[in-house]
Amino acid sequence: MIQSLSRRGISTQLCGWLLTGEWRSHPVRVVTAIAAIALGVALGFAIDLINQAAFNEFSAAVRSLSGQSDLQVRGPLSTLDENFYPRLSALSEVAAASPVLEIDAAIPHEKEVLKILGIDVFRAARFSPDLIGVAAPDRPFDTLADDAIFLSPAALEWLHVKQGDALHVKDGTREIVLRVAGALMRARPGQRLAVMDIGAAQWRFNRSGQLSWIDLKLTDGVDRDRFRQSLPNRMKAPLVVTESAQLEARTDNMSRAYRVNLNVLASVALFTGAFLVFSTQALSVIRRRSQFALMRVIGLTRRQLLRQILVEGALLGIVGATIGLAVGYGIASAALQFFGGDLGGGYFSGIRPSVQFNFWSALIFFSLGAGVAVIGSLVPAWDAANAPMAAALKAGAETPSLANAGKIWPGLTLLSLGALLTQAPPWYDLPIFGYAAVATILTGGIALMPRFSSILFKTLSTWLPLTKAGVVPMLTLNRLANSPQQASIALGGVLSSFSLMVAMAIMVSSFRVSVDDWLQNLLNADLYVRIVGGGDSALFSPDQQAAIRSIPGVARADFLRSTPLTLSATRPSVMLIARTVELDDPGATLPLTADVMDKGALHVLLDKSVDLKPIWVSEAMVDLYGYKTGMTVSMPVGIQPHSFLVAGVWRDYARQSGAIQIRLEDYRQLTGDLLVNDVSLKVVKNSTAVQVGTLLHALPFGESLTITEPGEIRALSLKIFDRSFAVTYLLELVAIVIGLFGIAATFSAQTLSRAKEFGMLRHLGVTRLQILLMLAAEGGLLTASGVLAGFAIGFCISLILVFIVNPQSFHWTMQLHVPWVGLAIVTTVMLIFAALTALVSGRLSVSRNAIQAVKEDW
Amino acid sequence: MLELKKINKRYVDGRPLIVDLNYRLEPGEFVAIMGDSGVGKSTLLNLIAGLDTPDSGQVLMDGVDIASLGDDASTRFRRARFGFVFQAFHVLPHLTLLQNVGLPLLLNGLPLDAAQKMLDAVGLKDRGDDFPSQLSGGELQRVAIARALVHRPSLILADEPTGNLDPDTANDILMLLREELKENGASAIMVTHSIAAATMADRILLMTKSGLQPAPQ
Repeated sequence: MIQSLSRRGISTQLCGWLLTGEWRSHPVRVVTAIAAIALGVALGFAIDLINQAAFNEFSAAVRSLSGQSDLQVRGPLSTLDENFYPRLSALSEVAAASPVLEIDAAIPHEKEVLKILGIDVFRAARFSPDLIGVAAPDRPFDTLADDAIFLSPAALEWLHVKQGDALHVKDGTREIVLRVAGALMRARPGQRLAVMDIGAAQWRFNRSGQLSWIDLKLTDGVDRDRFRQSLPNRMKAPLVVTESAQLEARTDNMSRAYRVNLNVLASVALFTGAFLVFSTQALSVIRRRSQFALMRVIGLTRRQLLRQILVEGALLGIVGATIGLAVGYGIASAALQFFGGDLGGGYFSGIRPSVQFNFWSALIFFSLGAGVAVIGSLVPAWDAANAPMAAALKAGAETPSLANAGKIWPGLTLLSLGALLTQAPPWYDLPIFGYAAVATILTGGIALMPRFSSILFKTLSTWLPLTKAGVVPMLTLNRLANSPQQASIALGGVLSSFSLMVAMAIMVSSFRVSVDDWLQNLLNADLYVRIVGGGDSALFSPDQQAAIRSIPGVARADFLRSTPLTLSATRPSVMLIARTVELDDPGATLPLTADVMDKGALHVLLDKSVDLKPIWVSEAMVDLYGYKTGMTVSMPVGIQPHSFLVAGVWRDYARQSGAIQIRLEDYRQLTGDLLVNDVSLKVVKNSTAVQVGTLLHALPFGESLTITEPGEIRALSLKIFDRSFAVTYLLELVAIVIGLFGIAATFSAQTLSRAKEFGMLRHLGVTRLQILLMLAAEGGLLTASGVLAGFAIGFCISLILVFIVNPQSFHWTMQLHVPWVGLAIVTTVMLIFAALTALVSGRLSVSRNAIQAVKEDW
Repeated sequence: MLELKKINKRYVDGRPLIVDLNYRLEPGEFVAIMGDSGVGKSTLLNLIAGLDTPDSGQVLMDGVDIASLGDDASTRFRRARFGFVFQAFHVLPHLTLLQNVGLPLLLNGLPLDAAQKMLDAVGLKDRGDDFPSQLSGGELQRVAIARALVHRPSLILADEPTGNLDPDTANDILMLLREELKENGASAIMVTHSIAAATMADRILLMTKSGLQPAPQ
C-alpha cells in the first residue's frame, strides 16, 4: 500500500524491501545460516541449563543436610571427636548445636552407597526439620529406636522397601539389619538419603565417640565471621568452620572447571556457525555487488548500506538465537528427564534436577547468537559499503571483493597476540586467557588463509605443466590461485571446525594415552582387593589385613588408607593417601613428575628433624595450595597439626581437587588409625592370581570382597574416561557437521553465482563433464588446503589445550599424542564430502541454458 | 545549472583521459554525447554524478562543487538532484516493479504515490506487483526510466540507455525518455554510440581528446 511515511519509517520500509527480497530469493541459504546459529545457541544453552540445574540441585541437597545452621564445624579428617559437642554447646555465643554422623553405607548387591545421617532428633528439629522421619502412628518413638531407619522417597524406591521392612546395610564386611520405620517426606526429589538416631548409628556402625560435623546456631548479635575465625584457637584444635555460602563455594569449586570447559566446547558450534553466517553474507554481498552499487548511486549512503547488511546479519542471528533458545530448553528438559544431570563428568550423579528457565543465561546465549551473526556480517558489510560504485556497475567488471582479506598483517597480529595470551596465568582458577589464545590463534589462522591458498595454488600452477595437462587443471588452479578471497569464504567454517576438531582429538588422545600410562604405572600389583560396595565404612581391620597377608601364594601385600582431608573451608577436601612408599625409590609406587627431591637432600632434611614426615603431593596441590618440592608444610593430620616435607610431585588424574601421599607407617603413627581401604597383592611365581583369589573368597569375610585384576581396572577406567568425553565427541561432531554445511552452502552459492562463467565456457566448447570435473577438483583442492592449514592451526591449539588449558583447569599435566589414524579418516571424509558437494552444486549450474546464462545481467 | 570548469582526469597509470574540459548545460536541455570508445564519456558521467572525482577542475551543479562534498553529503545531493539510466538496466531483481520505482522516493523521504503514477506513465499500468524477471528488455528500461524520473530530479544521466535494445524498442524508449523529460522539466545528458539515438536529443556533442564540441551535421 502506497502511503506517506516518516523518514524513519521510510528507512525501515526500504530495509524491509531489500531484506525480504533477498531472503525470498535464497531461502535455503538463509535457513542454513539460521539453523547453524540455532544449533550453536541450542547446544550452549542446553548444556548451561543442564549444568545449572544439576549444580543448583546438588547445592540444595548439600544445603538440606546442614539445614538452617549458621556455621558447620568439622575436623580436618573425615571424623570429629564427639567431645567437641558439649564444649561447643557451652560457649556463650552458641545458641544451639546439633551433632551429625554421616555414613556412606554399602548395600548388598548394589553398586552405589546409601548416605545415612545419624542425628539427635531433638537438636536437629531446630536446624533441619526436613530430616525428621515420619514414624508410624502406633510407634511414635521410632525416631529414637536403635534399629529404626527413615528413608527418603527416592531411597525407598531405589531399595524396593516400605515401612516395616528390614533393610540390610554393610559396615565393612559386617552386615547390619535395620527396620524401615518411615519416610523422610520432605527430602529433595531424587535425593537418596536415610536418617537414624545418632546414638544408634554410632553403636551400630562402630563409630562410638565419632561425629562428622556439628551444626551451630549463634546467639543474636554475635559477629559470625570473627567467631568462625577464632574457634579453632579457642578449641585448641585444627577445626574447619564453614558458613553455608562457603559450602556452596566448595561445591562450585569442585565442578567449575568441568562446567566451564563444557560450555566453551559447546560454544565451538556457535563459533563455527559465525563463519557460516560470514560465508552466507560474504557471498550474498559478492552476488549483489552491482545491486548495492546501484543503491549507492541512486542515493543510499555508505552508512545506510552498512547498516542494511548488518541488519540482515543481525536478523539471521536473532531468528537463529530465538529458535536456539527454545530448542536448547527442550534439549535440556529431555536430557534431565532421561539422563539426569550428569553429563559424563561424574560430579552430579545421584540427583534428579529439573530444568528451570534462566533469564540471564538466555540473554547471554541470545546475545552470543545475534552477536556472532553481526560479527560474521561485519567484514562483508564493510566491503560492500566501500566498493567503488562506478566500477561495480559496469557490465562485466569483476572488481575483487573482500580485497582486504588478502592482507597479511591482521592475521600475523592475531597470531602474535595469541602467543602472548598463552603466557598469562589462570584467572579465578580458570584458563580464560588460554581460551582467548585459542580463539585469537584460530581467527588469525583463518585470516591468513587467503594468502596461504594463493601462495599454495600459485606455486602449484607454476610447477605443473598446465598447458599440457589440459583445460581442467589449468582452469581449476588458475581460479584457485587468483581468487584467494573466494577461497577464504569457502574455508572459514570448515577451517574453524576442522582445526578445533584436530585440537580436541589431539588433546583427548593425549589425555587418554597419559591416563593409560598412568594406570599402568599405578597398577603394578597382580590383584586388588576391596570391600564390596565401598563407602567410608568399607575398611579392613588389622586382623583382616593379617589374614589376607598370610594367604598362601601372596608374595607381598600392600595396604592403602585413603581419607578426605580438609585444608581450606572454601575448597573441596583433598585426599590423604597412606600407603607403602620407599623413601629411596618413591617412583616404584608413585607416578612421579620430574619435580622430585634429590635422595641425598631428602635424607639430610629428614635426619635433621626427626618429627618431619615426607609427603608426595599431586600437581593440583602445587597449583591450588602452593606446595612446592622441598617446602615444609603444616597439615592437621593427627590430634594436632604436624610438619611435613614435600618430597616430590606426582601425577594424579583421579582427583583434581588435590591428593597427598604419605607413608602408611607415618600415617598410623600420627593418627593411630590402623584401618585400610584397599589391598594390593603380588603373587608368588608358582601361584596364580586366580588361585589367590579363590583363597581370598574362602576367608571368613571373603564374600564381602571385590577382587580385581589390573587389566579389569584399566579397562573400566578407560571406559569411564570415554564415557566422560562422550558429550565432547558429540559437540565436536556438531561443529564438524556445521562446518560441512558451510562448505555445501558456500560451494552451491559460488557455483550458482558462476553460472555466467560456465555458460561462457560452454560457448567456448568446454564440455559439461569438464566443468563438473573442474568443480570437483576445486572443491577437493580447496578443502585439502583448508585441511592442511586446519591441521597446522589445530596442532598449535592442541598445544595450548594440552599444556595450558588442561593444567590450569584440572591441575594435571600430560604428554602429547597425535591420533594419526582417526584424523586421517575424518580428513578423507571431509575431502570426499567437499568434492561431492562441489559436484552436486555444479550439476545444477551447468544444467541451465548456457545462452541464457551469458545473457543475464545479474 | 550544470557547469564543468577545466576538468582534468587521468588514468590510474597517469595517462591523460580528459584534459581541460569546459561545458555548461542549460535547464531543460537534452544533450547527447558521442565519441570513440575510451575517450572518457562514461568517466565524464561519473564525474558529473560525483561517483568519481576530477584530478583538477570543478563540477558545479546549481553552484555546488560536488567533489568538495563528503561522501554522505554528495550521496544526499545525488539522490535528490540526479536520475540514472544504464545500458544494463540495473533493476533490482528481487523487488517488484513498484518497489523498484519507489526506491528514490523512499530514499528522499517522499510519498510513494508518485511511483504508481510513473509506472502508468511509462506504460506499465497494472504491472506494479510483477518482478523484473517477468519483463522484456524494453520493459525493464521503461522501469529504469520511471525510477530515474520519479523523484523529479533536475538532471538525468543516461549511459547507453538503448545499447541492449533492438532499434524499434530503442526508438520507443527514447521517445518516452524525451517525453518524460519535457513533462518533468528535467535536463539530461545521454552518452551513446548510436546516431539514431543521438538525434532524439536537443543537441549532439562530440567528445574528443580536445574536449566537447558540437557534432558536425
